[in-house]
Amino acid sequence: MKVLMTEYLRIDLDTENWECRVCDHVIGSATKSYKEGLLVHNRDPREIHPPILDPEKYRFTFSPDPEWVRILEFCCPSCGTQVETEYAIPGHPPLYDMEPDLPALKAQWASRGEQKTPVVGPAVAADKGHGH
Amino acid sequence: MSETSTKVAPKMPSAEEVALIKKFLNDTTLFLGPDPEIMQNHDLMPRSAEEDAAMKTISDAHTVAKIRDRIQAGCDEGYEMVEQMGAAPGAKWGDIITGVYSASGDLAIASAGGVLIFSALVHHPIKFIIKNWVNEPTVGVRDGDGFIHNDSRYGNVHNTDQSMILPIFHKGKLVCWVASTVHEGENGAIEPGGMPSMAESPSDEGLKMCPFKVVENYQIKRDILTFLQNSVREPKLQYEDMKVKLFACLRIKQRIEETLNSDGPEALVATLRTTMENVRAEVKRRVSEWPDMTVRTYIIQDSTLRENCVVKINCKLTKTGDRLIFDFRGSSPEFTNRATNTILAGLKGMLAQCFLCYVWPDLPRGQAAFAPIEVITDPHSIVNSSYDAPNSQSLMSIFTGFTAGQHAVAKFLYSCPEKYTKVHAPTFNMINTFIWGGVSQHGETLGNLCADLNGMGGGARSDTDGEHALAPIFATMADIGEQELNEEDVPFLQLVSKKMTRDAIAPGKYRGGQGYTMIVATKDSEQWGFMTTTQGAKIPPIQGLFGGYACGCYPLSKVKGVDVYDVLLNEPEKFKHSIEEIMNERPFEGAAYTTHHMGMGFEISKRGELFMISQGAGAGYGDLLERDPAGVIRDIEEGLISPGVAERLYKVKFDPVTLAINQEATDAARDAERKARIARSVPYAEFIKSWNKPTPPSHLQYFGCWGDDITKLYMGSADKFRDANTPRPNYMVHPKDVRIAELEARLAALGAMGSDKQ
Ligand SMILES: [Zn+2]
Repeated sequence: MKVLMTEYLRIDLDTENWECRVCDHVIGSATKSYKEGLLVHNRDPREIHPPILDPEKYRFTFSPDPEWVRILEFCCPSCGTQVETEYAIPGHPPLYDMEPDLPALKAQWASRGEQKTPVVGPAVAADKGHGH
Repeated sequence: MSETSTKVAPKMPSAEEVALIKKFLNDTTLFLGPDPEIMQNHDLMPRSAEEDAAMKTISDAHTVAKIRDRIQAGCDEGYEMVEQMGAAPGAKWGDIITGVYSASGDLAIASAGGVLIFSALVHHPIKFIIKNWVNEPTVGVRDGDGFIHNDSRYGNVHNTDQSMILPIFHKGKLVCWVASTVHEGENGAIEPGGMPSMAESPSDEGLKMCPFKVVENYQIKRDILTFLQNSVREPKLQYEDMKVKLFACLRIKQRIEETLNSDGPEALVATLRTTMENVRAEVKRRVSEWPDMTVRTYIIQDSTLRENCVVKINCKLTKTGDRLIFDFRGSSPEFTNRATNTILAGLKGMLAQCFLCYVWPDLPRGQAAFAPIEVITDPHSIVNSSYDAPNSQSLMSIFTGFTAGQHAVAKFLYSCPEKYTKVHAPTFNMINTFIWGGVSQHGETLGNLCADLNGMGGGARSDTDGEHALAPIFATMADIGEQELNEEDVPFLQLVSKKMTRDAIAPGKYRGGQGYTMIVATKDSEQWGFMTTTQGAKIPPIQGLFGGYACGCYPLSKVKGVDVYDVLLNEPEKFKHSIEEIMNERPFEGAAYTTHHMGMGFEISKRGELFMISQGAGAGYGDLLERDPAGVIRDIEEGLISPGVAERLYKVKFDPVTLAINQEATDAARDAERKARIARSVPYAEFIKSWNKPTPPSHLQYFGCWGDDITKLYMGSADKFRDANTPRPNYMVHPKDVRIAELEARLAALGAMGSDKQ
């Protein structure tokens, strides 16, 4: 049985591994952080959040300050899908962000049955009662 | 002392002696400060004997539902009264709660709209009254009494919020309480508007009303009212809104009395208690459907509103069975002389709002929804500040704490089959707006803010883009007033408003909803100024979700030495409608163009000078290379993103003139980018060897834990820290003194300080 944990990650409860949902690559043991099986890039935040004000002229530009924060981009080593981002203080160890309790997860899903597609949840319906 | 001495059991005091000791201590208490026993507890009070008996008498679900709906309607009626009649701008956009509380003081049923942060923290003052005033012969609690409160150390969010609290009696017996709470704003603090950034101690924060009696026989006591009016800048508003709150409470009281007369007190008491216990049980059931897991995240505050520095909000969320535990240990120590600290209840209230608005919006509003959820913090932390710390800008820590919670919760919800909303990336969390004050064109003294703070961008969801300028995170059902109407009362214009700030983006498979530009200039007053109180000009205040990006940063821009109204009259072609054009093209000769962080203390403005800011974007969701190319083109067409930035980030290939998508070239570019990612990235184990550092970087003033070690809290540098459990003062130097020291050092280096006597 496999549990869909995020947009791009699932856990195979039988093998206890993290897997990529895009390319089925086995990322690593689900007893550890999935990040340990991914590739990381230290991104200058100005490349994603471009300066709107001329950096030659101004101290503040709408870009994050690259000496104050970096974007850690984690991707699947097999298909290159960007699985996670972490806005991090320079040098701050990446977070072990999802640490599931595998025996509990197995017990919980034993009674549920596998789901191949995630449950999206209800949409907010537009109210027709108000107009100008 | 002899080692062989036999141990003598200490003499235990008898029950009589214990009672005597307790009485002695109570009788000799010199000051009834905030009671930690009350303030640290957000769970329901134990079921009382009266409640138990009532629930045995009335257990029919239909009766309970009927009475609950009636009380709910009464609360909503009271809410409407406050919203329509209240003088405070906060009342107008629903910064209100009205509710019915159990005899023990729990908020059982609350108004459904407005600001739900209140639901988890307006009960504390009532518990203080129950504990201290009911049996106090000089005070007492009687039919016709009303109590006022605003000091957040005794409850509520911050000192701008004032409550009116009435006990409800039936045949001489207290059966419940009603209360109405409004964000009034002005409270006599050192800056106008009630939320001073400049406060360096609680003594700078204006009125500090612990709960006290201000109404007898349903009449406001004029002597006390006059004292309160004399303590604030808006005496008329103080009186008007005390009356409004009192009459809203009396209307709810009337609805309760109708129920008491038709169904009897047991039915009311049983309904209140049953509602709370059912909601609490339902929350535990819903939590049990989540995966057992620990999720870690952190959010960075990049300023204290006085200076830029790095302030960590650390969050570990653990779910085990039906328990959900927010662990905020490791967050920054409280600042001894900065106002961004929050009392613990403020954090809890905002986390409650996360569930009531974004996770389980179907639950009845009240205290019970958050009651079973646990929260852990360090003592004297920025999210659990002490009595002696200022907290007038607590929203900074409340909002970033909320975002940490919202980010962590999303990672639990994805796999949970039972959903009441869609999985949601963090919403923008800062009140990017102008707070204003001074003397208006009509000669009135005013102090308040633009409702644009309600225009925070929504986070992307698991199958949809985030909505632009959607709602404030603290009130998903709020409104933005018409600026044109506002301009009749205030002496400034929003020259640019509601125009999306291009390229201030949060990219992803689904992008975050964006924020809009606000450009203001004073026109008809020589005594008018502005203030901004947000973080996020150097570090984004949110995180992205599942590979999506957060928003960027949002600074304040100013143009001085220009009268833009003269420009509009004489050379209108010189005026531009974006911050980008005005700041980069500098169209007004001789003007000074500057940028700043968003903690601008109150500043008097001259006619025609420009103050320019932007609302922020909610976070993106998923890998941006999966974004539908048509969505990217639509963003270009709508002016959200420039073509060059869109092509570079999203790797979409299109005709620059027609914007027609070249699907093949796009696919190829995206494939190439995925390969390029793999090529430029390194394996995790290798990456952390060079990336991970044992202490915070020396070039940043850093506050909070570093990495996983939550026992050590840094206080500004790698060699200044405290033990998490041992509070120490954490003083910041006045920014002007910092600047003077820098300049003196430069003078000294030039030999120009030689004759200066020390
Ligand atoms: Zn993959």
